[in-house]
Amino acid sequence: MTDAPMKTHAAAPQMRDETVVIMAMVAVLAALPALGVYPYFVMQALCFALFACAFNLLIGFVGLLSFGHAMFLGTAGYASAHAAKVWGLPPELCILFGALSAGVLGLLVGLIAIRRQGIYFSMTTLALAQMIYFFYLQAKFTHGEDGIQGVPQGYFLGFLDLSKPLVLFYVVLAIFMAGFLLIYRTINSPFGEILKAIRENEPRAISLGYRTARYKLAAFVLSAGLAGLAGATKVIVSQNASLTDVRWEMSGEVVLMTLVGGLGTIFGPVVGAFIIIAMQQYLAEFGQWVLVIQGVIFVTCVLAFRRGIVGEIAQALRRNL
Amino acid sequence: MFNISTQALFAQLLVGLINGSFYALLSLGLAVIFGMLNIINFAHGAVYMMGAFCAYFLLNVFDINYWVALILAPLLIGGLGMALERTMLQRLAGLDHLYGLLLTFGLALIIQGVFQNYFGSSGLPYAIPQQLTGGQNLGFMFLPNYRAWVVVFSLTVCLATWFAIEKTKLGAYLRAATENPALVRAFGVNVPRMITLTYGFGVGLAALAGVLSAPINQVRPLMGADLIIVVFAVVVIGGMGSIMGSIVTGFALGILEGLTKYFYPEASNTVVFVIMALVLMVKPNGLFGRA
Repeated sequence: MTDAPMKTHAAAPQMRDETVVIMAMVAVLAALPALGVYPYFVMQALCFALFACAFNLLIGFVGLLSFGHAMFLGTAGYASAHAAKVWGLPPELCILFGALSAGVLGLLVGLIAIRRQGIYFSMTTLALAQMIYFFYLQAKFTHGEDGIQGVPQGYFLGFLDLSKPLVLFYVVLAIFMAGFLLIYRTINSPFGEILKAIRENEPRAISLGYRTARYKLAAFVLSAGLAGLAGATKVIVSQNASLTDVRWEMSGEVVLMTLVGGLGTIFGPVVGAFIIIAMQQYLAEFGQWVLVIQGVIFVTCVLAFRRGIVGEIAQALRRNL
Repeated sequence: MFNISTQALFAQLLVGLINGSFYALLSLGLAVIFGMLNIINFAHGAVYMMGAFCAYFLLNVFDINYWVALILAPLLIGGLGMALERTMLQRLAGLDHLYGLLLTFGLALIIQGVFQNYFGSSGLPYAIPQQLTGGQNLGFMFLPNYRAWVVVFSLTVCLATWFAIEKTKLGAYLRAATENPALVRAFGVNVPRMITLTYGFGVGLAALAGVLSAPINQVRPLMGADLIIVVFAVVVIGGMGSIMGSIVTGFALGILEGLTKYFYPEASNTVVFVIMALVLMVKPNGLFGRA
């Protein structure tokens, strides 16, 4: 009985801190177009931020490094593009269909991949993602190298005209926040606590009676579905689905974003995604050097900066962020 | 009996054997490196590519022929690998395995990006050494000499590596250091130097595969980027516990891929990954893996 109130006292300021930061983040993001930032850039960054948050759910809270997350981004992209262009579904159903497709793929891939841990898990996800890439390369409905272009945006929920940049922007922001809060809620739930226990010591979690394989699979499917939500939204924003989103480079990019922001932090993937997308925008003219610069950032982060930006700030403030 | 289609079958089998040689050499290097360093070398594909470029430069800039390049390129690239191990990989000792994967992934991006920047994405030709031009007509198929050489030579290198690690005293030290580095150090063996040399050796094998591949596949900056993912699947299928396992799995999957190209070409890109999924379902630790 004496334990319980003490625990809530210890947890309360922490939760309050995070709530304040989340509200500040929403305020800043919502104000960005008014501050003159190009909305298309922010929307793209938001999609990647959600993608990185979904990826971070696995590496940061279950300890599984997926090196094939592009397959979920790309699958949802193709699914929603197809639903919008060929079936003519409204955008909210397209996005939902995209996320669901990625979730189903996540279930199939997860059943295979979670049979191995650590380094083998990473190699397995990478190899399966490459298999999916070859499938999309050869499949008819993806139109190979051309991709699905000119995806219609339509009216979100029947009344929000997505062809207006600002409307689209706030819809994307709402989708991002929904995904972000779902992840935030998940990692602070009893389910999230069990995931962290698995990350810290899986044999111990098993000996406590948890069927860890099921928890890992559930986390994998959730992560895949949310990566799909990001991919489907991204396609509605950019109006085209292409092979770029399924390539291994994309799987590497999301690892980089999360690493730069801070593995296992709540806000790190968002910060990392904005930094990497901004970098790509400004360095686009340098062509292949962008890859070299990304490689240098990888090496620097691993050697000198493993906590990432948000991780370092959290360490300095002695808070979880 | 020996009509066009059996000829095509044997031709694809030969392509499969050649690819199998590269899979075996690369997965062997990965396994040796993983045993000592606990690192999956993501830069392995980039190293393979550098081996091919090294042979190309030796020939076109320094006029050094294929046979010398076959020895010199692995030594040079192996030396470069050892420098990387000393300056970077060594700092990761004791950290989670994943950081090694991330670091070497970054190195692969840097190496491939630099080469792509200077050489684009198209292939540079590398002539087959004149001693190995031409081929043999075996009646049921035409066997180009160079391709026969690649298969025989790779197999020899693989078996020699297996012998060195499993049957010699040096190999015994290596295996002991893999099991318990602290104890081997206590016996007076310089384990850090052994780790550096092991990395150099594994990387050298990849560079050797690159030199062998140069006359067949052309020299391209991204020649190793897709290959390394297939090799990862090979490693997952075989498990990294056994040297002989890596060799057998490498060749077997190459042959299977070749057969698929003949019987069902649409699946030839994906067959290795499908097999990987099946093996994981049945035997999660891989065919030759330890729990």
